[in-house]
Amino acid sequence: MADIVMPSLGADMESGRLAQWLIKPGDRIARGDVIAVVETQKGAIEIEAFEAGTVAGLAIGEGEEVPVGAVIARLEAPGEEAAGAEPAAAEPASAASPAPVEPAGPPLREPAAAPAPRPDGARRRVSPAARTLAARLGLDLAGLGPGSGPGGAVVSGDVRRAAEAVRAAGPPAAPPQGARAAGLDLEEMRKAIAAAMARSKREIPHYYLVQVVDLQAASDWLAARNAERSPEARLLIAVLLLKASALALREHGAFNGTWEDGAFRPGAGIHIGNAVAIRGGGLVAPAIHDVDRLDLETLMAKLRDLVTRARRGGLRSSELSDPTVTVSSLGERGVDRLLGVIYPPQVALLGFGRVGERVLARDGVAVVRQSVELSLAADHRVSDGHSGGLFLRRIADLLQEPDRLLA
Amino acid sequence: MLEELARIAPEADLESLAPAGDLRDELDIDSMDHLNLMIALHRRLGVEIPERDYPRLLSLDAAVAYLRTRGA
Repeated sequence: MADIVMPSLGADMESGRLAQWLIKPGDRIARGDVIAVVETQKGAIEIEAFEAGTVAGLAIGEGEEVPVGAVIARLEAPGEEAAGAEPAAAEPASAASPAPVEPAGPPLREPAAAPAPRPDGARRRVSPAARTLAARLGLDLAGLGPGSGPGGAVVSGDVRRAAEAVRAAGPPAAPPQGARAAGLDLEEMRKAIAAAMARSKREIPHYYLVQVVDLQAASDWLAARNAERSPEARLLIAVLLLKASALALREHGAFNGTWEDGAFRPGAGIHIGNAVAIRGGGLVAPAIHDVDRLDLETLMAKLRDLVTRARRGGLRSSELSDPTVTVSSLGERGVDRLLGVIYPPQVALLGFGRVGERVLARDGVAVVRQSVELSLAADHRVSDGHSGGLFLRRIADLLQEPDRLLA
Repeated sequence: MLEELARIAPEADLESLAPAGDLRDELDIDSMDHLNLMIALHRRLGVEIPERDYPRLLSLDAAVAYLRTRGA
């Protein structure tokens, strides 16, 4: 029997509200299956299973908020269910776990015990789809009666009917600010950023290095490759920058990992968090896993998918829980240089400024070249400027021979 | 074109978009948004837009003129 717990989706997360269960007792699940949707400050996040098994019981109901680490469901390992025994008794419920685990049986939609009293302003039960739709339509959920979903949950159909009633009754309401990014509460996201960045500046002794990188070879290589391809198959230069960073991180492990309990822990893989700006304000940095082992086409597809989901909702728990380093890349617009604030507990952040033409000196002559200012913000508890300089140099060298990024 | 722009920048007021202005600045479009727009136009209009022609699609007016010459 294994516990499924409320995962930590970043150093700044203390608790999560379970918005929707996508499993029920008796379901067989595989590692990586999406089992629930949790509402966090970063929006609605899809929670994935860490291991395979059969769902023995759900420990909390939809709408309940529990701290990180609290048991939310129980899983029988494959084969274990053959015994047909009662699920093992729950360990003494910590203060964190509000409801005892339910033995396998009918789907548990409501917690058996009355949930802990909720603070004023607690959200009512609303499906994520309904919440997104309401935000898009500018509809205030507070004005709605009980919904037609399970346990009176408000579902999309309720929102649509209510919106039609409002439209029939008078002029449409102006959409609220939050509607700018459907499904995301930008105020909550700002709070999460504030907490993480304040902690970073309080605890992490940053140092910064900047290196100008000639990108003419990489740009030419990319233009030649993209010329023969339809838009769907084109690569962005950001993908080359990511891959070069990942390959350099293999040899410079002091920049890939986390600082926890007073010591550096090297990353188990090269999982790069990609800083994605949210329209209307806000930032999230979900990870692409094992970037050093992905070919450029796969990396491009993953990056495109990740940016889309970061902006529209639908990020997964594994993408937020374990980045080992962050890359922020401005692309072809924006400022020349960006100096990052490290996302704790990570120990480094690479910043690529705007890619564009600059005058560089080459063999005693001023030439105009595609180039970028690459910066490193790193944790002085783990590394020094000298090793940081070698790391940046390595990234710059890799970008001079784009064919080496294919490996 | 406007519909695809609305998909990428849902909060933008496309009515007040300056037809000759740089779309990237007007709508705060980044490289990924721009690529997604090219993919959408390609799928929807069947027009192949080579990368070297991107500078000819920088404003709404220019993009519409370009797409016309490409038979969209």
